[in-house]
Amino acid sequence: MYPEEYGYTEEHEWVKADGDQATIGITHHAQDQLGDVVFVELPKVGTQLHATISFGTVESVKAVSDIYAPVGGKVIQVNESLIDAPERLNDDPHGDGWLVKIQLSDKNELKTLMTANDYQQYIAAESES
Amino acid sequence: MATTTTVETLNKTPLNAIHRAAGARMVDFGGWDMPVEYSGIIAEHLAVRTGAGLFDVSHMGEIEVRGPQALELVNYVTSNNAAALAEGQAQYSALLYPSGGFVDDILVHRMDARHYFLCVNASNQDKDFEWIVSQNSFDAEVEFASPNYAQLAIQGPKALETLGKLTATDLAKIRYYWFERGDILGVPAIIARTGYTGEDGFEIYVPPKEAERIWTAVVEAGQDIGLIPCGLGARNTLRLEAAMSLYGHEIDDRINPYEARLGWIVKLDKGDFIGRNALLKQKESGLTRRLAGLEMRGRGIARDGYRVFAGSQDVGWVTSGSPAPFLQKNIGLCMLPVSASHPGQRIEVAVRQRHVEAEVVPAPFYSRKN
Repeated sequence: MYPEEYGYTEEHEWVKADGDQATIGITHHAQDQLGDVVFVELPKVGTQLHATISFGTVESVKAVSDIYAPVGGKVIQVNESLIDAPERLNDDPHGDGWLVKIQLSDKNELKTLMTANDYQQYIAAESES
Repeated sequence: MATTTTVETLNKTPLNAIHRAAGARMVDFGGWDMPVEYSGIIAEHLAVRTGAGLFDVSHMGEIEVRGPQALELVNYVTSNNAAALAEGQAQYSALLYPSGGFVDDILVHRMDARHYFLCVNASNQDKDFEWIVSQNSFDAEVEFASPNYAQLAIQGPKALETLGKLTATDLAKIRYYWFERGDILGVPAIIARTGYTGEDGFEIYVPPKEAERIWTAVVEAGQDIGLIPCGLGARNTLRLEAAMSLYGHEIDDRINPYEARLGWIVKLDKGDFIGRNALLKQKESGLTRRLAGLEMRGRGIARDGYRVFAGSQDVGWVTSGSPAPFLQKNIGLCMLPVSASHPGQRIEVAVRQRHVEAEVVPAPFYSRKN
């Protein structure tokens, strides 16, 4: 369910690092909590993201949810297909439903992320509280 | 987006275990542990528009008024004319404060000349009961009857076909906003042709201990026509497409029925009732604001509480806003100055840091054809 090679945040985003670049999305758990996603608002290419700062919005039928940057970097690609097909975030959150690709500002920030195992324990604990 | 619930302190309906066992997503809804969605709001919404859906609305409150002056009390505390009801008939009505603002919106059922059955909002039921009791200078008894009933709503064009399999009552003979005291699976039930979805359907009031058995039977009876269990999320999007009011959104203690476009449930000529003087004055002085429908034109979704602008002026707010799953538009209801409330009026909704174009449109957004 949660790819081992991704890093995760407490705000339910994932990061897939590839050299100096990284892809960012929201987790399966996040889309499951939101329900049917109907609207996605993302930054333009060239926008500078800062770790822990909101950079976009995902809306389901019932809820509005901010998306926080797990790590800093400049946006180099945006998943434009989500504008017409936001349901991809429900169908394939860790794949086709990716949000943005960035040029990492500081690769050390990747070390702050949770492993897949840590993240699964985190959401299990969260749902029990 | 963490969701924490302290389940122990929440009220539960008799169907709580069924919802949890079925894996429904549960939320704290005004102090009640309720299913917000089963298979997904969009799928549930569409099922009700095209087939049928089943809702647990047992959190709703019931208040019963009995006695020689039951009608006098009901008519004094409500704005619609309960005296116009025949036995077996129901009406939409309002409990008002002297100011004309809403205590609650309610359904009044005339069981017989000395017995009225009120269905009220879950989060208002204690307040409503205390309010009615405090106004009772009549020869009537007021009972807080919520614990005596589970309430299920079977809604959609195929609701009659589905529920018909489980009752000896001739459902086709029950007209819209009428009810029968009949049976479901041999259990005594109030079967009302009412609902909160804009669709044909029934609301049934049954003994709590029979709720699980009846729920399960309705799900089975509806399987072949695509009936699915639905949560309160779809209930909200369905009522919004039909532009039905929700307490705390379109109506509250600071909004009167005229402003909420509910003048049709105010009968000024029926005799004295609480709120009548204030409403008379409002009618004479004219309205300054009223509810209007809106449709987003730009890319964005109106949400409850967002500000509305007309010609760069902040003029009002969104009372309820959402994507409309059947209409496939982003719609909302909003409170606007009368001058800006006419269909065709260009407005803007403040969505986060942006102003998104919208337009005032006629409501309801959806009306069924049958």
